[in-house]
Amino acid sequence: MTAAGSPAGSAAWGSTAAVPSIELEVVSFAYPDGTRALSDVGLRIEAGESVAIVGQNGSGKSTLVRHLNGLLRPTAGRVLLDGRDVRRIHVARLAGLVGLAFQNPDRQLFASRVSAEVAFGPRNLGIRGPELDERVQAALADTGLGAEAATNPYDLGYSRRKLLALASVLAMRTPILVLDEPTTGQDARGVARVRDVVARAAGEGRTVIAISHDMRFVAESFRRVVVMREGRVVLAGAPDVVFGEAAWPELGAAYLEPPLAAVAGARLGLGATPTESAFVTAVGRRRGGATAGGAGAE
Amino acid sequence: MSAGLVLAGVSYRYAGALGAALAAVDLRLEPGRVVGVAGANESGKSTLCLVVAGLAPSVIGGRLDGSVRIDGVETAATRPHELAQRCGLLFQNASTQLSNTTATVLEEVAFGPCNLGLPAAEVVERVWWALRAVGIEPLAPRDPARLSGGQGQLVALASVLALRPSYLVLDEPTSELDPAGTRLVAEALARIAGETGAGILLVEHKTEVLAHIADDVVVLERGTVALSGPAAEVLADPRLVELGVEPPAQVRLERAVRAAGLEWSAALAEAIE
Repeated sequence: MTAAGSPAGSAAWGSTAAVPSIELEVVSFAYPDGTRALSDVGLRIEAGESVAIVGQNGSGKSTLVRHLNGLLRPTAGRVLLDGRDVRRIHVARLAGLVGLAFQNPDRQLFASRVSAEVAFGPRNLGIRGPELDERVQAALADTGLGAEAATNPYDLGYSRRKLLALASVLAMRTPILVLDEPTTGQDARGVARVRDVVARAAGEGRTVIAISHDMRFVAESFRRVVVMREGRVVLAGAPDVVFGEAAWPELGAAYLEPPLAAVAGARLGLGATPTESAFVTAVGRRRGGATAGGAGAE
Repeated sequence: MSAGLVLAGVSYRYAGALGAALAAVDLRLEPGRVVGVAGANESGKSTLCLVVAGLAPSVIGGRLDGSVRIDGVETAATRPHELAQRCGLLFQNASTQLSNTTATVLEEVAFGPCNLGLPAAEVVERVWWALRAVGIEPLAPRDPARLSGGQGQLVALASVLALRPSYLVLDEPTSELDPAGTRLVAEALARIAGETGAGILLVEHKTEVLAHIADDVVVLERGTVALSGPAAEVLADPRLVELGVEPPAQVRLERAVRAAGLEWSAALAEAIE
């Protein structure tokens, strides 16, 4: 493994291998009932990138990420991790490389105690003893479930079951973290926790990929945004590009809307302001640069 | 005897639970109105839905105190199948809503109206009306088990709409929807309330949706009503943040600009309209 471009911080997730790059080579996928979910998707994600995948319901986002850990195999094309076809990587090894938190936590949870649920993944990776305990504690703390270790997962409300599904994946400390709609059903604090989890993982040099409909979360937490429409990648770039005015027609065609901060910034001629803090900064710059009373808009 | 869904002094405790999930809740939902419910996770929103729809305690047990009346009749005195026609409930997790017995979305949405024993022609009419209302007519021939999360949520919503209940209780109907789907559902709900006179209780984390279509908003905190009133007032209330509720983007942007010591000008206000 060349590990080209992967940061040296891999010690942060223990003995796991360096972060692999991901490459989808003209991947197509059709479900057994004939529904074509992906068409000729080409996408390269470098080691340590944070990437949000957005698109209309049914545009193929969940199908795409399920190809990353081998849950689905392409009908045509290849999925490569560091140049190696995932078909040739043993399932157990793949599980240690790519952690996927499902959109619906109930497809994922099964243990009778929260702590056992979280321990299941790392245990399967061969982790035992104090390290296992440490990982479980850390994952529960990161998701705000520290006080629920002994609770039955089904006594938790939906939003906390989703956080539990996230904790179970975090505890595996995989170099690649894939989150399918992590903020749905979360309140403001829950969204903030998910944002912190993403920031920390990205800060450790891990690759973070998240599917989301929350454009504010996308703009604030990810370096690159990939837009899907009808099984294809139709647009990809930094948030200021994807949410910039020039891209609005394409976004609209994908049934998406830029965050309000981006819309307001464009209306005021402030340039690209995909995040609320970028908007405030741009307003301040405009005021600072303007002469008295010149704070007007177009 | 008055029209409306009225909760008076409602407390509810789950079977085996130590504390109350709802305490002394008063709430009023008039026909044709939309009442939004917001609150932090575990503040009692989903419990409120179960109580309003009459599933708690009649189906899931637990202890209810106070009064829940639908058009003047106590839900505790109403049989479940009658209640189902008065008050339709959409669960938070749409996949638990679907019957898992049907081969197509069309049959799935027809499942409820068929069980009401309606004539076939009316079932068909209702099914297409409901599919159209949430914009999923093209999904009619698809297998419900093979839909995306958001599509499944729209099918579950259409299934509830097809029952044409007098009151709709919707637990985060847009949580898994894309922005366009969210807008579509919000507009459909506003239209349904206006045209059919249904009263809608809408649990929603997306406060933009509540700002758009709710007449009133109730914010729950640990099972009690912390704030309630006209939507615009509640959603601009400074206490919203500490109650774990994200204010709408318009409110956030204005606050952020002011917090930076900048003037909130008319031009800025216009740009966020």
